[in-house]
Amino acid sequence: MSDPYPPSHAATAAHAAEAAEEWAERHHYLPAGLPQPAPYPEGLAKEFWEGTRRHELLVQRCNGCQTWQWGPEFICYNCHSSDLRYERVAPEGRIFSWERPWYPVHPALQQAVPYIVVLVELPGAGGVRMVGNLLGDPHQEIVIGSAVQAVFEDHDDAGTPTPYTLVQWRVVAG
Amino acid sequence: MTERTIRGKTAIVGLGETRYYKRGAAPDPEFKMALEAILLAAEDAGIDVRDIDGFASYSNDRNDPPRLATALGIKHVGFSNMFWGGGGGGGSGAVANAAAAVAAGYCDVAVAYRGLAQGQFGRFGQGARIPQAPGAMAFTAPYGLMSPAQMFAMRVRRFMHDNHVDQEALRAVALASYHHAQYNPRAVMHGRPLSEEDYDNSRWIVEPFHLFDCCQENDGAAAVIVTSAERARDLKHKPAYILAAAQGTDYRQAASAHNAPDYGTSNFKTLAPRLYAMAGVGPEEVDALQSYENFTGGVMMSIVEHGFCKPSEVNEFFSLDTFRFDGGKLPLNTSGGNLAECYMHGLELITEAVRQVRGTAPCQVKQEVNVSMVTSGPMVQPVSSLILSREPNP
Repeated sequence: MSDPYPPSHAATAAHAAEAAEEWAERHHYLPAGLPQPAPYPEGLAKEFWEGTRRHELLVQRCNGCQTWQWGPEFICYNCHSSDLRYERVAPEGRIFSWERPWYPVHPALQQAVPYIVVLVELPGAGGVRMVGNLLGDPHQEIVIGSAVQAVFEDHDDAGTPTPYTLVQWRVVAG
Repeated sequence: MTERTIRGKTAIVGLGETRYYKRGAAPDPEFKMALEAILLAAEDAGIDVRDIDGFASYSNDRNDPPRLATALGIKHVGFSNMFWGGGGGGGSGAVANAAAAVAAGYCDVAVAYRGLAQGQFGRFGQGARIPQAPGAMAFTAPYGLMSPAQMFAMRVRRFMHDNHVDQEALRAVALASYHHAQYNPRAVMHGRPLSEEDYDNSRWIVEPFHLFDCCQENDGAAAVIVTSAERARDLKHKPAYILAAAQGTDYRQAASAHNAPDYGTSNFKTLAPRLYAMAGVGPEEVDALQSYENFTGGVMMSIVEHGFCKPSEVNEFFSLDTFRFDGGKLPLNTSGGNLAECYMHGLELITEAVRQVRGTAPCQVKQEVNVSMVTSGPMVQPVSSLILSREPNP
């Protein structure tokens, strides 16, 4: 399956190689300065973010009817039970959609465009989706349906008040 | 039980718009512009502004009815109302709420209004400058997904993928708006035509949106006056009767972290059948369509979901020839809309829909417009739509 929407600002091969190298050297996909994740004030996503610190991917699931639910909520949308748990899932999925931002909407992104945001569907968790960045060359061709694997990106540098871990994705064979 | 409908019971009878400015260019504060729009709308209707007794707006408009009514010396207020949700989803909905209030007897003369000076407050096109992203925002903002364009690009991309849509379909929507703006002296982009090459060569904001796929950021205010069909008949202008209005949202569309089960959608699938059922007309009878363009991709899905073409027909249907006011099959955004007239959060689409009914639009599609339609706020939750007519019972 080929992607029908290649970037119009097609990079030269040399540029692409250079960019790929530059991005591979980065400790974090996006520069520091973007908002950090904070759990809901009521703690709804607390376990999810704690899980990412252990490099585990957790998704909310209903103990009553086993429905997967994401983002998290206080009750199950299917059976209305409030007996919910966080269940560990395989850190793998498929690209459901994607976008490539070129306009920096935040000062921290000024030197970081373009970059790639992917929406990843998790077949192992009822098809719930997660947003992350697609690691690697920001000019790469992106194919909906590609298999991807989670990469846990730790942010615990000096100066980060509350260390956190983001869930990023990279394309894998499959 | 009598039929529950607002069909033909109310009409839009007055239009008021400030001059439309580029962001930051308005000489007046936003609140003063909101007052000006309401005064102009009352004057256009031939109604004493002090007789307005109902207020309706949307998208957390900053200009609240108690202060407006006080500033205008309004005798009493019988109805004040805010349509839930952000973006332009409430443009038609605010008019619908005003109409429902008049039909229900809460008030006699309601104004639906929007004041928006992005130069004086925050810009919509920028991400929040906050140290922490709480709640659902935590699943998106740390990954650089922060602006409205970024929130909607992946929905549009998925629709394009599922239905093999070409970039040219989005381009057609932008070309139509800019084409019509060239005839409209009020349009901010009047005198700034857009060619296919201009579009193709424009920078990406976020793929699949080029610069010209995105709405402007502007300053201004607009207002429309709604009253009963009986009263409307004796006023200055030909009434634009409200034939139908609908609002709402589809199944779990607000699921966070982009988990709406139906993802590549503008969120009108359950709304459109209710709208047409109340109006008693179908898409084939629509003479002119004003479809809210936050982004061209949202217009694309709105047009499909309101039944003007099938998803599989988008590439064929979407062209400047289809959308032009002079002979197009579906005249679209005939004032230039959010892209090229002014981003007055879609209230300017409603004033244009009324002008089409009156026969006074710069890009008048024909002499007698029977069905003039507006769709508001694709991809947000909730959304709304409106159908106007020159007859209360066409």
